[in-house]
Amino acid sequence: MEKKRTGSVIKVNANMVTAQVEGNIIQNEVAYIIAGQERLKAEVIRVRANQAEMQVYESTQGLKVGEPVEFSNQLLSVELGPGLLGQIFDGLQNPLPALAQKCGFFLKRGVYLEALSNQAQWDFTPLVKTKDKVLAGSWLGFVPEKFFKHYIMAPFMLTGSLEVVSIAPAGKYNLKQPIAQLRDFAGHTHDVFLQQSWPVKIPIRAYAEKIRPHEPLVTKMRLIDSLFPVARGGTYCIPGPFGAGKTVLQQLTSRHAEVDIVIIAACGERAGEVVETLKTFPELIDPRTDKPLIDRTVIICNTSSMPVAARESSVYTAVTIAEYYRQMGLNILLLADSTSRWAQAMREMSGRLEEIPGEEAFPAYLESRIASFYERAGVVRLYGGATGSVTIGGTVSPAGGNFEEPVTQATLKVVGAFHGLSRERSDARKYPAIDPLISWSKYKSIVDPKHQEKGRLILQRSHEIAQMMKVIGEEGTSLNDYIEYLKGEFFDFIYLQQNAFDPVDEATSQERQVYLFAFICDILDSEYKLENKESALHFFQALRQLFRGWNSAEYNSKEFEEIEEKITIFLEEKKIVKAG
Amino acid sequence: MQKAYTNIIQIAGDVITVEAQGVGYLDIAQITCGRSVSLAQVIRIDSTKVSLQVFAGSRGISTQDKVRFLGHPMRVATGENLLGRIFNGSGLPLDRGPILSENLTAIGAPSVNPVKRIIPNKIIRTGIPMIDVFNSLVESQKLPVFSIAGEPYNELLARIAIQAEVDIIILGGMGLKYDDFLFFRETLNAHGALSRCVFFIHTASDPTVECLLVPDISLAVAEDFALKGKRVLVLLTDMTNFADSLKEISITMEQVPSNRGYPGDLYSQLAARYEKAVDFEGAGSITILAATTMPGDDVTHPVPDNTGYITEGQFYLKSAVIEPFGSLSRLKQQVNGKTRPDHRTIMDTMIQLFADYRQTLEKQSMGFQMSAWDKKLLKYGLFFEEKMMSLKVNIPLEKALDLGWQILADCFSPEETGIKLSIIEQFWPRD
Repeated sequence: MEKKRTGSVIKVNANMVTAQVEGNIIQNEVAYIIAGQERLKAEVIRVRANQAEMQVYESTQGLKVGEPVEFSNQLLSVELGPGLLGQIFDGLQNPLPALAQKCGFFLKRGVYLEALSNQAQWDFTPLVKTKDKVLAGSWLGFVPEKFFKHYIMAPFMLTGSLEVVSIAPAGKYNLKQPIAQLRDFAGHTHDVFLQQSWPVKIPIRAYAEKIRPHEPLVTKMRLIDSLFPVARGGTYCIPGPFGAGKTVLQQLTSRHAEVDIVIIAACGERAGEVVETLKTFPELIDPRTDKPLIDRTVIICNTSSMPVAARESSVYTAVTIAEYYRQMGLNILLLADSTSRWAQAMREMSGRLEEIPGEEAFPAYLESRIASFYERAGVVRLYGGATGSVTIGGTVSPAGGNFEEPVTQATLKVVGAFHGLSRERSDARKYPAIDPLISWSKYKSIVDPKHQEKGRLILQRSHEIAQMMKVIGEEGTSLNDYIEYLKGEFFDFIYLQQNAFDPVDEATSQERQVYLFAFICDILDSEYKLENKESALHFFQALRQLFRGWNSAEYNSKEFEEIEEKITIFLEEKKIVKAG
Repeated sequence: MQKAYTNIIQIAGDVITVEAQGVGYLDIAQITCGRSVSLAQVIRIDSTKVSLQVFAGSRGISTQDKVRFLGHPMRVATGENLLGRIFNGSGLPLDRGPILSENLTAIGAPSVNPVKRIIPNKIIRTGIPMIDVFNSLVESQKLPVFSIAGEPYNELLARIAIQAEVDIIILGGMGLKYDDFLFFRETLNAHGALSRCVFFIHTASDPTVECLLVPDISLAVAEDFALKGKRVLVLLTDMTNFADSLKEISITMEQVPSNRGYPGDLYSQLAARYEKAVDFEGAGSITILAATTMPGDDVTHPVPDNTGYITEGQFYLKSAVIEPFGSLSRLKQQVNGKTRPDHRTIMDTMIQLFADYRQTLEKQSMGFQMSAWDKKLLKYGLFFEEKMMSLKVNIPLEKALDLGWQILADCFSPEETGIKLSIIEQFWPRD
């Protein structure tokens, strides 16, 4: 047994504490500062001679020089195993409901609980036999968790070919009972439990290969799925000024996106928004599984008033849990709100370390950190042949709504889709406030690419005419241009915008999107008998109203068909049938 | 008795450094300077060198003055005895009443466990249509009033305070003009609200650093009331002064500034205060309304910008009206679905049409011909500004919704509004 390495506090500067240490120091290892009855968790972030500079994951109020520090020998890790789904953790994987039971209203510092309850018994079914050869990450068996098969995997940290020495028979086990023994090539045997731990800042790489994201991830947001799609295993970012609706967008995506598991990382944002998720999700039923949404959700929340250092670790905690479930062949969506707060946490620490600041005082390593975070997304083929994916969607909160700032720019370099929110659109109460003129995506859409292109062109054209009209006025604009302009506005209003408070309109299925988009493209292509601008305006206003009702009618219902017929008749009346 | 230290080795700005041992981070110390005693707070410890920010400012401090550490963080008295009282930024009475020392509570307590919060669901009616109809204020909301110097933001805060149905009002003034302080006191007094108020006032003539404590003290007192089941409204004016004090201290401490001289942790600092707004499961609530003046009417200035990302919306006060664009209550959806079925329709439609009106105004100012539609919009815009936007209007929500339908009917035909037919049939005024 190694002797515990200790030290003592010599400097306190907000959440950065320096300790004088006897013996070796490991970079990024976890240490505990013993302040009276409390043990405050900290991470070593810089070593200078025999001094360890640590970021403390708690308030440092009342810390004194000379207080003892214990070093743990371990990097900051999370516990992975059955029982994660439906949980609400803080950035250090403390289960918040259990914490509330223990400490009441407030987050008492220095209280760390087991992330996964050891009380629970899990029904284990083995999948391998003794003498089988396996690899790290291979499925040894499974337990049922909510409505998933939660595979128990050979520990990710083992290397090379492993031989199964023993495997437990089917039965009930808790997290601390060994269910298998594996022997590595060096002849060491390792106990395997239902639970394993993994350092959060290192990606899990126990898979055969990473493949290119190709399948679309349907979010049921028409603007996203049709024009600026996201792929399973891809990455996207949503930058926008405050009040443009980033969080509402994330919340609706978390409800409707067609994935197996959603991990929500509420990083340095408002507590109220997390509360909404965690109070409503147990009651909302996922239409695809008929089970409460919370059963397929994990919430990591480190809201803005919680300690800053834990905010930095919360996104890593979230992505590690996402990777863990990916290893079971599931599709995971990680929503990080907001990555700017995470970057700011880095900036705060960097400032206290007195590092030479980069742009806007962000540290020079900002870009590489952001890149390596998003690179943890992807589709992987597992050793068993199944595929799993982690999709990462991060919001960015640029200072002053200016996309030129370092966090937005660093993020744009690495993501596959960009959904830029604009103040103008949100002021005009357009939801989602994603600006189609600046957004882009490198992934494949669910609609016909020709239609997708047409949609984009009409918006572009309509915008150009609108700009021109500001200069030359409506009277200086030709009727044809004016109709083009109205078509763009119409497309924007009835397709791109959705009513987030209408139970039908808030989520549009893939099938309906394809149908609707084709229908609208036909309208955009057709010419109508419109004598003057006034009648053109009326025509599109009336059409708009009809579509509004159509959008809130259940797909393929009687109401849906009735309105469709009305629209068709309305259009036929004015349509110019081209000869030939 | 705690040991006193007399070895001050550095005085820079309002920060002094003293050699001392066994001092806790963020502890409070008393500095005896001549005949006056000032409070100071530990903000950095480097082995035996302890740096403190002196709330009364460092002017006149001698290197031989006595620094006595009290061995605890800043505390404030709480409870019913505070009602009707006026204190300064350090919690000392300004009203010749007794110094209070009961139920001392440490300021800057840990944050609330998110799972112990509840979803806000109670509207706070203010009688101002621009708030009640378009951006409803909700109990436990944190909302700043973005404004510029000279706008009547303090009047707006006072008016909301008087009309809002809350149990206790706490006013935290930072860099408040003495006249404004008197205005608050007189207005609240005139409406018989003074006996449920507590004032923590830092006036413009007080030392800058003292204003750093005002939000924490106000919110610590509020939290105590809220835990006892009271609904508390906290008014903070003006948070830009608070941010400027933070800037001053951080520059003195030679921290790397991030944006226009403000410290990199400005967001976290502001959030730590605003996040105190809460609706406790099974107890009371704290609602925060804060004035934030924007230097140069620039919403991208670091203070309003960071604030906007923290708070649940903002009221944008410009030319003495609450501007519909830029104003937002993020929690309105929690309450405006339960008031009247036409509330959301009126809210959305009137704003969309008002946006169109603004565009038409632009066109008009460039001398373009006004179409029939433009003329309708111009008429609508004028009605809207006069009957809805003006802060003189003081009507209950239901009256305001009726008025909304009336204005729409006076200006447009139903299909021009884009409202769903089912709603039109139910609510469009028939004459």
